[in-house]
Amino acid sequence: MSRTAPKGLPPPPERPAEAPLLLRTSKLVKVYRADGITVEAVRGVDIELAIGEFVAIMGPSGSGKSTLLHVLGGLEPATSGEIWLRGQRVDGLSTAAWAILRRQHIGFVFQFFNLLSNMTVADNVELPALLAGATPRQARKRREELLTELGIADKAGAAPARLSGGEQQRVALARALANEPSVLLADEPTGNLDSSNTRDVLRLLRRAHSQGQAILMVTHDARVASLADRVINLFDGMVADDAKIVPIPRGLNGVGDVLELRG
Amino acid sequence: MRQPLLALLAKEPAHGYELKLALEQTFGQAYPSPNIGQIYVTLKRREQDGLVRSEDVEQTTRPNKRVYELTPAGREALRAWVGEPSDGPRIRDEFFIKLILAPMAGLADRMELMNSQRRHYLGIMRNLTELQAEADPADAPARLLIEGAILHLQADLDWLERCQEELV
Repeated sequence: MSRTAPKGLPPPPERPAEAPLLLRTSKLVKVYRADGITVEAVRGVDIELAIGEFVAIMGPSGSGKSTLLHVLGGLEPATSGEIWLRGQRVDGLSTAAWAILRRQHIGFVFQFFNLLSNMTVADNVELPALLAGATPRQARKRREELLTELGIADKAGAAPARLSGGEQQRVALARALANEPSVLLADEPTGNLDSSNTRDVLRLLRRAHSQGQAILMVTHDARVASLADRVINLFDGMVADDAKIVPIPRGLNGVGDVLELRG
Repeated sequence: MRQPLLALLAKEPAHGYELKLALEQTFGQAYPSPNIGQIYVTLKRREQDGLVRSEDVEQTTRPNKRVYELTPAGREALRAWVGEPSDGPRIRDEFFIKLILAPMAGLADRMELMNSQRRHYLGIMRNLTELQAEADPADAPARLLIEGAILHLQADLDWLERCQEELV
């Protein structure tokens, strides 16, 4: 095999050590109450996300990861505590105000894509821009750029159901990025994809990050998490660990650190 | 080192350095490069066992080189090896011993141990995902080797998470 120059992964973006904060929570709590049962899903979480930063949230099932992400995106109201986005306190916003905030500043990607099945791929991607007030021409231009960048320009006229899982997730990513959101919130975006589609989505996320996109992502997949600048481990609704990823110095070992061939 | 060298020689006779290159080319840059000294020692031992034989080939501008080939006994031994089922991986997990024993002796906190181990795994995973992105897509053995390492490491992380669920 030839020792070609690194390709595929653009270098991480240069960022000042103390990039300004984009998103911050303080003592965030989310409690579910139903039929006399109380579940404390998020129990006093303080996290921060800087502009342009990519943070992964890991943790066992039931540790509160998805709930946290949903509360941060205003899909569910916080029980108590504070959420600050771009210097504005947002935890007390009405449902309608959250909807506007999401349109302008938050992109969402989910495990099961959540595309609108009765609309074409193109319409799915253009809709958020149109809702945010873009002209049809602007929305179409942005959609064409995104689908081309994600390698699915030829699927613009198709119904989402005709696409593979990997293609649907790319459409969902294009939709989430259509309004150039301040932050991309992603909930297990590769949870339903096979290995090669996961690799494609990984590459696209890495590229978006290298172009300055801030990302907060819940994931079980350590490959995906390893691309982040920082990993937060959530356990029992609380932050158990919050640390930068430090690549192990790459010696001669390569995969030999993990896998030794015998014979 | 023993069987891979026999397997390469079953394809065609070669000298030591050619075998080193062939291993590197087959498994890609992600795999640790075999040590040339170890290759020569292994060949010499196999020759004593009667599995390979060698002869010096004269070269005009360089010192002679010793070319090895497989003997019929070597081919038989190789066939037997290929035909046997291979053991599954043996995980020699030092971390698990630390995780269980150290807190019992009051030497460490389990959560801290798990956090620092997770950080270490994620650092290795970063290296592997970068290797994967750099790997030649047309080179299936190299790609699959990296993917194998990634899957093993993911299993280690999943196990760590299970330990966290049960022990903390």
